[in-house]
Amino acid sequence: MNKLAQVEPVEATPVPVSKPARQGSLFSHARYVIGENPVTGIAFGMFVIIAACAIFGPLIAPYDPLASNTASALQAPSAKHWFGTDQLGRDILSRVMVAARLDLGIAIFSVALVFVMGGLSGVAAGFFGGWTDRIVGRIADTIMAFPLFVLAMGIVAALGNTVTNIVIATAIINFPLYARVARAEANVRRDAGFVQAARLSGNSDVRIVLTQVLPNIMPIMVVQMSLTMGYAILNAAGLSFIGLGVRPPTPEWGIMVAEGAGFIVSGEWWIALFPGAALMLSVFCFNLLGDGLRDIVDPQRRT
Amino acid sequence: MLRQIGKRLATAIPSLIGVIIVTFLLTRVLPGDPAAYFAGPAASPQAIEEIRKSLGLDKSLPEQFVRYVQDLSRGDFGKSLTTGQTVIIDIKTRLPASAELTLLGLIVSMLIAVPFGILAAVKQGSIIDHACRVIATAGVSLPVFFTGLLLVYVFYFILGWSPAPLGRLDAFASAPKHVTGFYLIDSLLAGNLESFRASLAQLALPTITLAIFSLAPITRMTRASMLAVLSSDFVRTARASGLSPRTVIVTYAFRNAMLPVVTTLGMVFSFLLGANVLVEKVFAWPGIGSYAIEALIASDFAPVQGFVLTMAIMYVLLNLTIDMLYGVIDPRVRLEG
Repeated sequence: MNKLAQVEPVEATPVPVSKPARQGSLFSHARYVIGENPVTGIAFGMFVIIAACAIFGPLIAPYDPLASNTASALQAPSAKHWFGTDQLGRDILSRVMVAARLDLGIAIFSVALVFVMGGLSGVAAGFFGGWTDRIVGRIADTIMAFPLFVLAMGIVAALGNTVTNIVIATAIINFPLYARVARAEANVRRDAGFVQAARLSGNSDVRIVLTQVLPNIMPIMVVQMSLTMGYAILNAAGLSFIGLGVRPPTPEWGIMVAEGAGFIVSGEWWIALFPGAALMLSVFCFNLLGDGLRDIVDPQRRT
Repeated sequence: MLRQIGKRLATAIPSLIGVIIVTFLLTRVLPGDPAAYFAGPAASPQAIEEIRKSLGLDKSLPEQFVRYVQDLSRGDFGKSLTTGQTVIIDIKTRLPASAELTLLGLIVSMLIAVPFGILAAVKQGSIIDHACRVIATAGVSLPVFFTGLLLVYVFYFILGWSPAPLGRLDAFASAPKHVTGFYLIDSLLAGNLESFRASLAQLALPTITLAIFSLAPITRMTRASMLAVLSSDFVRTARASGLSPRTVIVTYAFRNAMLPVVTTLGMVFSFLLGANVLVEKVFAWPGIGSYAIEALIASDFAPVQGFVLTMAIMYVLLNLTIDMLYGVIDPRVRLEG
């Protein structure tokens, strides 16, 4: 929005002109949607808690998440250890809290990466058409020809077993989704009045894409981001569940569930349950937030 | 009709080519030494050099690609270091286990999701409709490995209803004679009800796990498309002509509402094949997913590559089948061809 405000005096675009009115109605619309659907409000509350864990996790965790203490191994949840302890006597509550940063971090970085890659190539495909469109479309189709989680496995296996590569793999499998949305939105605006006006005032195509088209499709892309956040978290946790990327003893929800899996059959449910529940709740929270945000920005696509 | 099928087959070819190029790139353009990857972590320098020669890695990339495609066309996916067998044989023996699980999961899920979605659409705003919305959102949020573990805890540890989550058959039952590789079908063909019961008991929890996972998208899609069809003109006409609600819903609306659902099956399969890998790990299921995981952990790359390629080819073929199924359900598609 800042960028848009700067170019406002030079180029007459329809968005800045109607900006104050639109924002006012956006706010009241947001209030209306949250009032109509209190679930979004609850999801936002959950999001604040998860974000707090991600930011302050190591500070507010009651124990050291890595400190093992065999004397207190495999203890059920109690007043001392709310979520119990694992096979090495580590406090599960602390580990779950600290893990939030890594899990959300992977998801945020991968979504940001695909937002840039998919968004830019999608906009270019939709705006320029022709060869650009065909190449981007072909890449997206090829990615979609794989079962996505399987492709992510293959990518991590090929690039090397690190957290960075999990971020890259998660970004790649989300690429078609972003490229398609960006392409469709840019294609609609290709010959819009404000684009023609900008072209007539002597702007280059690249400049039009960056200053006119991109800011205009931003809201839809942001909704897309929040809709795919949950999926990115699930995907990353799934990869670490099968032993890719994150290595023990690093606290991460997927790997903690994997460590607890062996104890489920002997009745120590708390080792896998709490990290799994944290994973589930945060994905649930992001999906609800994404739906809520979509209702605010793009009410027509409501299902 | 034949021309139609030919046309559909032709659309699958670019996808197949893309898949082969990507798997080739994944193995050859590694930031490291592919020969060392294929040789495994404990190989000596001479062994790595030998593998480099035998893989043709000393040649140029296009030459390597031609060789790669030739190998694939002969069904040569390389050799697994962990099992000591060729990858293609390993995958062949393990594929039925995965296929049986995935297909059964999908069938169970459809049997629940489709009626549920229809009911939610017909009785819009009712309790069923709200339950449907909750399931649709909660279902996509469930990590499939977590659902599986919860089911194991409840049905194996607490209730004791299900056998230990260790593979396709418990230690006391013997595998039925190999016909299709699907234990349920094979045991019935052999007339062995005991082993049918045993394999069904083992299948139950992983199947339910997969079914819960794919419930959400199918329910959501059925409800949405049923709602769209119910508000269309031909349904209104049917109602106005005094047809019973049952006839309107079953004969008129249902068939039309199924079209978008069949289309989403492609996406559902993409998720299902991925989820299958995780479920196989949870239930120690001897399918190709757990095969790939074991290989990944041992840095044994040939099986992983074979697995990714097999999955991708199966997925392309599944999408092709869905496309053709669409033609069978919707006569308009046939006429256009």
